[in-house]
Amino acid sequence: MDNKLNLDRATIDGARATASRIADQLHGWINLYTTTTIERAVARLLGVDGVDAAGVPLPNVLVDRLHEKGLLGHGLLSWLARAMLSTGRNAQEIAEAVAEGKLDVAAIPMLPEEKWRELGDRLAAEAAAKITARRREREQMMAAAAPDRKPLLYVIVATGNIYEDAVQAKAAALQGADIIAVIRHTGQSLLDYVPYGPTTEGFGGTYATQENFRIVRRSLDEAIKETGRYIRLVNYCSGLCMPEIAAMGALERLDMMLNDAMYGILFRDINMRRTLIDQHFSRMINGFAGIVINTGEDNYLTTADAYEKGYTVIASQFINEQLALRSGLREEQMGLGHAFEINPALEDGLLMEIAQAQLCRELFPRSPLKYMPPTKHVTGDIFSTYLINGMFNLVSIITGQEIQLLGMLTEAIHTPFISDRYLAIKNAGYIFNNARHLGEEITFKEQGRIQARAAVLLGQAYSLLQEIEKIGLEEALERGLFADIKRSREGGKGKDGVVPKEEDYYNPFPDIFLRRCHIKDDEGRAC
Amino acid sequence: MKVDLSKVKAYGDTLNDGAVQLSFTLPVPAGDEAREAARQLALKMGLETPAVTEMADLGAGFSFFVVYGRCPHTVDYAAIKIPKREHEAMSFEEVNEFVRAELKKKVVVAAACTGTDAHTVGIDAIVNMKGYAGEYGLERYPEFEAYNLGSQVPNAELLARAVEHGADAVLVSQVVTQKNVHLENLTELIELAEAEGIRDRMLFIAGGPRISHELAIELGFDAGFGPGTLPNHVASFIVKELARRK
Repeated sequence: MDNKLNLDRATIDGARATASRIADQLHGWINLYTTTTIERAVARLLGVDGVDAAGVPLPNVLVDRLHEKGLLGHGLLSWLARAMLSTGRNAQEIAEAVAEGKLDVAAIPMLPEEKWRELGDRLAAEAAAKITARRREREQMMAAAAPDRKPLLYVIVATGNIYEDAVQAKAAALQGADIIAVIRHTGQSLLDYVPYGPTTEGFGGTYATQENFRIVRRSLDEAIKETGRYIRLVNYCSGLCMPEIAAMGALERLDMMLNDAMYGILFRDINMRRTLIDQHFSRMINGFAGIVINTGEDNYLTTADAYEKGYTVIASQFINEQLALRSGLREEQMGLGHAFEINPALEDGLLMEIAQAQLCRELFPRSPLKYMPPTKHVTGDIFSTYLINGMFNLVSIITGQEIQLLGMLTEAIHTPFISDRYLAIKNAGYIFNNARHLGEEITFKEQGRIQARAAVLLGQAYSLLQEIEKIGLEEALERGLFADIKRSREGGKGKDGVVPKEEDYYNPFPDIFLRRCHIKDDEGRAC
Repeated sequence: MKVDLSKVKAYGDTLNDGAVQLSFTLPVPAGDEAREAARQLALKMGLETPAVTEMADLGAGFSFFVVYGRCPHTVDYAAIKIPKREHEAMSFEEVNEFVRAELKKKVVVAAACTGTDAHTVGIDAIVNMKGYAGEYGLERYPEFEAYNLGSQVPNAELLARAVEHGADAVLVSQVVTQKNVHLENLTELIELAEAEGIRDRMLFIAGGPRISHELAIELGFDAGFGPGTLPNHVASFIVKELARRK
């Protein structure tokens, strides 16, 4: 590991161990529950898709019926396997029959356990094999493509029309972008279902649907052929349907997912329990699918002050890391988030940004850090914003960031024009090339401003983690320790979707998804 | 240099040169024809002697242009009348003092980012304790009782909560402006308030990067605040307007 900051090893180890215990506290209860969206994700993995006559997605129809009858705590798959055995139909046909009112969910007979278990295990293994196939496909395409140049250039498209998004996504790839995120409708995170089919409307972006994933994937695969580079597709595995989005992304070969453990609680006021249970299942899928997740610590700095609360980002990264490990994600799959959001008027602000970015780099040496651009302090002065974005790019190349979400010169004005992305890529391309090895040439002054700032951040983060361990993460969220936002334990959306698991709860997927983790590599890390 | 305020032209480096710069993209591949198309488009915009100083290939059949030209048009600056908030901004201490002296009760404010908008950066800057750019937010004002309801709050819920708290003022922030969703949303809020007969019981104030005072007035609000607004600007308006209406 680089140790340019002269960090105290004991503090780092202490912080990581504390975060690990915080994650253990949560895992004391997370596995006692399932949620409606976890069970819907299971239905989706088994191929249930489409909508009923009223436009309600079939996974919702099925899960809602089971929930109404109090059957969900046994797990959807045990019911579905019995239904398939007793009717001779497949999963999709059963969902359709339930939607049409031709099949009463309470009327499925209890068959011998070994019979339905055998079918359930087989269906789950087949679903997992589909995900593995998509993973292999990605690995092969990446191996055949030109090697990555880090930091990877990440841009967003957000036209609100998926067909227009597909065009802009491809154009961005041709201009040099490595990663394309299709922004979704601002309201989707609060929908307790995933919309169906191609969509051409929405504000701030259109919906995340499986068909929309397919449409943009196809367009980017064309760009891969044309550029010889592997172009990664990103969407949002957040909100009330994290597990379902993960399932869809795994099946459609998305490459990255915004998938934070606490974002929904803080920024969407989703129930704490619901989010923590859902994040675990969704991350198991992402881990198994070889998807790189992006965490959302950057958001803390848009509500709280980036200089004063920089340490909350570090503390949260430690927690996100520990929770992700427990869901089978490798460090190489954790795009831990942070941001360049210190007020540009601050004297030596650039030094403070370097300290924070370098600190993240040294604390999480294997993780592909996701670095977010300035948004809070940029205005309609596009010329000034373009320069600040240049400084952001400079800090990134100096400190070895890996996923660079490019700042747009029209931030705070409108969703990006096609030319805004071009100019952003040009800005980053110039700086990354022109200062490619600057980081290797730099050592920081012993006890200088940068080292001192990093030590303060790490120390504060460790203290915060210790406080959280003492009171528990839930209490910490209630007290507003992150992002200055307070969330009550019992409040928030989606609470009704949390269901205690019955003793005979059946869901073979976690075992399949985490099986890989029992195999250790040469360093004793989970593969 | 004497500027004729009834005929103001854009200024580059010489009075009345009319110099302007613009950039745009055309959905055609870069090339001589595209460059000429950009020049002709600038001519149609009314620019004289347009010069395409940069053409870039954006791929996928798009090209980007930077164009300079001279705009022959003038505006009558002297005749322009813009409705302005009549109040001068007071400081944090002055506002609190004003409340104690003039209103003699705490000022209750309900604030939210409404509709599907999840961007709380604006409302947080104005309301949260910390404030923005060194100015404390409304939560910090001892004479204010501020409720920040957060993001994605339906208009109806914002109104219900405002009534529940006995709000003197409702603050609504709109950041997402795609397809003018902010206009629909703001209009709906006022219509709902009118339908429920509470429009005149409290001040309605809109804010956001694309909001101006003029626009807010047009939509039926009492005031609008755009970029650069600090918490004390909003606080000053609220207390002075409440005093005026007393």
